[in-house]
Amino acid sequence: MKIALFIPCFIDAYFPEVGIATLELLERLGCDVDYPLTQTCCGQPMANSGCQSDAAGCEALFVRNFSDYDHIVAPSASCVHHVREHMDAIDQNYNVRHVRESTYELVDFLHDILQVRDFPWAEFPYKVGLHNSCTALRALGHAAVSEIDTPPFSKPMTLLRGVKDIEFVHPQRPDECCGFGGTFSVTEAPVSAKMGYDKVNDHLSAGADFIVSADMSCLMHQKGCAQRMGANIQFLHIAQVLNGYSPASHKAGSL
Amino acid sequence: MKAIDHVKGSREFLASVSHQEFLDQRLWSLRQLRDAQMKAHPEWQQLRTLASEIKEHTLSHLDHYLEMFERNALANGVKVHWAKDAQAHNRIVHEILADHQVKTLVKSKSMLTEECEMRPYLNERGIEVIETDLGERIQQLDNEMPSHIVVPAVHKLSADVAKVFARTLGTDPDNADPHYLAEQQRQKTRPKILQAEAGMTGCNFAVAETGTVTVCTNEGNADLSANIPALHIVSIGIEKIIPSMTDLAVFIRLLSRSALGSPITQYTSHFRAPRRGGEMHYVLVDNGRSARLAMEDFWYSLKCIRCSACMNTCPVYRRSGGISYGAVYSGPIGAIINPTMDLKKYSTLPFASTLNGSCTQVCPVRINIHEQIYKWRAIVASNNELPFAKKSAMKAAGKILASPVLYRALVDTANAVMPKLPRILVYNSFNAWGEAREIPASPRQSFHHWYQERQRRLAGKTSPADGAADTSTPAAKDKPDE
Repeated sequence: MKIALFIPCFIDAYFPEVGIATLELLERLGCDVDYPLTQTCCGQPMANSGCQSDAAGCEALFVRNFSDYDHIVAPSASCVHHVREHMDAIDQNYNVRHVRESTYELVDFLHDILQVRDFPWAEFPYKVGLHNSCTALRALGHAAVSEIDTPPFSKPMTLLRGVKDIEFVHPQRPDECCGFGGTFSVTEAPVSAKMGYDKVNDHLSAGADFIVSADMSCLMHQKGCAQRMGANIQFLHIAQVLNGYSPASHKAGSL
Repeated sequence: MKAIDHVKGSREFLASVSHQEFLDQRLWSLRQLRDAQMKAHPEWQQLRTLASEIKEHTLSHLDHYLEMFERNALANGVKVHWAKDAQAHNRIVHEILADHQVKTLVKSKSMLTEECEMRPYLNERGIEVIETDLGERIQQLDNEMPSHIVVPAVHKLSADVAKVFARTLGTDPDNADPHYLAEQQRQKTRPKILQAEAGMTGCNFAVAETGTVTVCTNEGNADLSANIPALHIVSIGIEKIIPSMTDLAVFIRLLSRSALGSPITQYTSHFRAPRRGGEMHYVLVDNGRSARLAMEDFWYSLKCIRCSACMNTCPVYRRSGGISYGAVYSGPIGAIINPTMDLKKYSTLPFASTLNGSCTQVCPVRINIHEQIYKWRAIVASNNELPFAKKSAMKAAGKILASPVLYRALVDTANAVMPKLPRILVYNSFNAWGEAREIPASPRQSFHHWYQERQRRLAGKTSPADGAADTSTPAAKDKPDE
């Protein structure tokens, strides 16, 4: 399967290991992956701030980079949500509509399109607190939410259960927002940080060694909080765990 | 009018750990009680849909139902007044009170009278106004606006209330026992209720087919306000209309379950006609509602039944407290209602949200609250109400992210420079992120450069004969296309 990989700007710049894990994982699963080299961002930071017109150039570039592919996959729910639901600063021609319909968040792609359930190369003998971003949860529908009474399901959990020896812990408020919220994290810094501290403490109390999420932006924020708190907890993107990340072999340089 | 500084307000509220933790836990427990009610009713989602449809139908035929309501109210012997805005509302209420030589007005909680700033208006004209809802009374005595639409003083601890009562009612400042405080307030307020010449209530639902006004309270104070004085005035926002008593049942089932997680409020009182020898007045208030009804993206906010479920679930509200919103309507619903009243003053509120969407999921009338917050941001920006720094930053970001060359240069520079900077240069008062959080460490190389290296490695290993080497010749593909 020929797919294009979209690595969001902040992952490209700060968390290359997440991009690497995503690429390697997709290749392991038999995908033929292209990474268009002139990609930058999806336009979300501007649009979420109300500055749609400032997002237009970025969105047009995104479409030029990805319109030739049947599937575009990105390890970030909030970026994918922007492409799918909010990429409307530009004229909605065929290519734009095609790109918007064909962009998948990694967990959705693995769970729904590739329908993979086993990750035999992956072993993770640690206690994991799963963090679903609000976008993954309430916009993309990764899992059942506490506000609505539906039969329990969780796509990321289903995937992670395919990892050997993984153990889950259960925080008190699993689907409470962690307070990242894009530019909110800077413009509303006091509340954002407080929410982040509360989130990290909830996972610590539940006994988590690692917080794992499909959204690196939430983890960037939570990790920043945890470091300042002096909390003994680590952070991994779900792609890293599914790709067989082992803390022993990654002593330095990564998360 | 300067824009509300929600960040400053939240910082002040967060400064007291005990207040913030109490608020968070109290409202989270309401949210959990609401969840239990939701789960106990398999038809909950259907009820929400039904409630939403009834409201949308009524709002899209509002003229019809308002006139029906007026007709039936007049037939029941109620006097009906129409107020275009807050000033008209206050003037009409004052005229009614002046006609009856009213010196004291007792009232139950009404967000609409807060919205109209009626209390100071009447006070200036020599009329004493007594709030009879306990929380609202606390806020009145403390000269502070309600911080929450259902539990107005929820941001206060009982020790704070003891101080307010000691100062204003002469109670023991060191006795913070809630029973003592409630009883003291009751003893001081009851005589006023018995003396008052007029009573006022708000209105939860105005039923068009009967001309009935339904008021939901847990303290019974609305019944005292309405039934003891001979004169009863009801302030009604025009969006409160519903067609029939059958429709009312849907909302009564949803209201208290969504608000407090209780099946129904202690008192659900229906007022339809003046009692013998008495007078009853309805004041129907627009105050911007018609204008909102004409807004394509935002008229859904008029469906709101003021249950506060969105506030209770809001993770931002539970950290910042309601006072930080600087508005009668705080929390998520406030963020989408207040800008319709004063865009400049409330331009910051749509940004006091992470867009997490929990508010939309709990709303009993299915208002797409977080989507409206997102849309308000664009309106704020296009009306030039964004702070200059943010506007400039977004313009610059838009330019950089539209250009692969500029973007790549920025990432490479940041990755090269950041690790070498002294901490003081990175963590200072210009860095809001770094105030309470660490900045992510810069990696040795970006994903982009790692990928290019890998492709070169792979190209070197692959024999040119198999054709794989040219699939992503970095040099060719790396050329920016503009």
